[in-house]
Amino acid sequence: MADFKEISPNASAGAKLTNWFENRLPTAFDMYKVHMSEYYAPKNFNFWYIFGSLAMLVLVIQIVTGIFLVMHYKPDAALAFGSVEYIMRDVPWGWLIRYMHSTGASAFFVVVYLHMFRGLLYGSYRKPRELVWLFGCAIFLCLMAEAFMGYLLPWGQMSYWGAQVIVNLFAAVPFVGPDLALLIRGDYVVGDATLNRFFSFHVIAVPLVLLGLVVAHLMALHDVGSNNPDGIEIKATKGPNGIPLDGIPFHPYYTVHDIFAVCMFLMVFSAVIFFAPEFGGYFLEYNNFIPADPLQTPLHIAPVWYFTPFYSMLRAITGEMVLVLIACVVGGAVLGVTKFKMPTLFKGVIVAAAAVVIAMMLSIDAKFWGVVAMGGAVVILFFLPWLDYSPVKSIRYRPDWHKYLYGVFVINFVILAYLGTQPPSAIGERVSQVGTLFYFGFFLLMPWWSRLGEAKPVPTRVNFVAH
Amino acid sequence: MSETLVDSQQIDSSKRTWLIASSCAGAVGVGAAAIPFVSTFQPSERAKAAGAAVEVDIGGLKPGEKMTVEWRGKPVWVIRRTPEQLASLGKITGQLADPTSQRKPSELTPEYARNEARSIKPEFFIAVGICTHLGCSPSDKFQPGPQASLPDDWQGGFLCPCHGSTFDFAGRVFKNKPAPDNLEVPPHMYLSDSKLLIGEDKKA
Repeated sequence: MADFKEISPNASAGAKLTNWFENRLPTAFDMYKVHMSEYYAPKNFNFWYIFGSLAMLVLVIQIVTGIFLVMHYKPDAALAFGSVEYIMRDVPWGWLIRYMHSTGASAFFVVVYLHMFRGLLYGSYRKPRELVWLFGCAIFLCLMAEAFMGYLLPWGQMSYWGAQVIVNLFAAVPFVGPDLALLIRGDYVVGDATLNRFFSFHVIAVPLVLLGLVVAHLMALHDVGSNNPDGIEIKATKGPNGIPLDGIPFHPYYTVHDIFAVCMFLMVFSAVIFFAPEFGGYFLEYNNFIPADPLQTPLHIAPVWYFTPFYSMLRAITGEMVLVLIACVVGGAVLGVTKFKMPTLFKGVIVAAAAVVIAMMLSIDAKFWGVVAMGGAVVILFFLPWLDYSPVKSIRYRPDWHKYLYGVFVINFVILAYLGTQPPSAIGERVSQVGTLFYFGFFLLMPWWSRLGEAKPVPTRVNFVAH
Repeated sequence: MSETLVDSQQIDSSKRTWLIASSCAGAVGVGAAAIPFVSTFQPSERAKAAGAAVEVDIGGLKPGEKMTVEWRGKPVWVIRRTPEQLASLGKITGQLADPTSQRKPSELTPEYARNEARSIKPEFFIAVGICTHLGCSPSDKFQPGPQASLPDDWQGGFLCPCHGSTFDFAGRVFKNKPAPDNLEVPPHMYLSDSKLLIGEDKKA
């Protein structure tokens, strides 16, 4: 415990009050310093660095609007659809709260995708920030669960059939699958039991985990310090006072900076809420304004836009595609055994593992491998810190062709997202198969391609032009 | 962090043994306490009890028409096939993944439906309208000929809107589609020429 601090009797009332609290809760004052006034962030942050703060803002919007929606919503299969319409029509300003929440869900993913892409560009996941990245990926996974379960609650056609499809994904797991799906649904079909438990998860269980992970994400970040667009460790160059020369206190510099970003964001956010809350069927699908009908699937069913890249990969795995994947496994094993020097035992293990995987691919339905691809596309992100072998962190000092590669990666992701919103077609299937191979190739071959080419010299101090 | 090795003299190994043992006992207790919580995820007794057989009057069904009834919360189709529709079944055997209903017959195809038409009476086809891929309900595509999302030599059948699996008029899945199996034929029997009972058969 810190020593009790006496204050001069002629100090101002405000100073006395502060002193009173500081003697009784010094932790709060220490935290303010560690996370705000004495957290030194690199001074060269650019546009890409606003999305972390914006994600926090959207989280707050979702929690606050969610609390108010729960006051009027009824988690009952017979009443849920009606209660949402009641919020929209009869609750004073209920439509605004609801549209803030539904638009907030999409905004969350916009912001988080950009935030993750920033990490990719500047190598923010690399040593010593691996844990920051891992907590971030876990947050992304939680967000997906939160969004998926929240989407069931309005109990429209898309809610119902979307949940039906995703829960049935679990039924594809060999042996335990059907029982697992039953355990998730709590009934033989998606029904009242499913709605109630999804409600419970959506409003309390997942948000608690999410908040815990956000705290862990920030603590890990503030312990190691923020990365920056140059990918330089600012802690390597400290002034005589022990403060990084290229660092500036988060408060007031970045708090004020972020307030500007918040204003810009809220302008766009409000424009969507007031003028295009359904966003052309992308944020709220038209079919979801029809009450859930367990007897009829809508003619065209697609998940909300933020899930569609992964949904495309799920659809891409057909019987033919499994053969291509088997060829990839064979190729990988042959390459591993012939190109790398390692003990014979390791080679034997690789060959045996490849044989087991191929046997499984031949014996288990393509449906299961579609689920594996979909899950793997998210899980592979967790491994990023250990896949990147580039000598430099930031894209700025990598060979120029890396920029094009990242460009193709983004275009590929957008194409997959677009195809996921479309009805199945022969050409779409082929394109999504190529896209899926590229997506996984980008990550799995990263240990190889990230080493290629000549990195540019990295300066010791960050690039910064005062404005 | 100084690199001092742990001095084994300082470890009270009997105390450590008991610490490990009591930790394990605690973990077992926590695990046991989780059982009732996880068990609540199972279908309730009420959900298990619901699921009685449904009686359907098929007297008014004209050739080429389909009706949907609810059984155990799932859509069950009753289709009265036209002679042309029945004739189409024989033409596409080569394009099907499981034309003779060999896969999972105990779950998907009762004994009395293990024929080309997958039905008791060839004219009437009864199936659970839930795709074996991920549980969407396929849409009717009875009109033969080329159309969106379907091959040019389409003979008529069903298309799942979710992932594009196609089924023929006997609910048999086409090759190279995401759905692994034919549509499920539920247990059913005829009480009379126009009365059908879905959910029970003569064996039961």
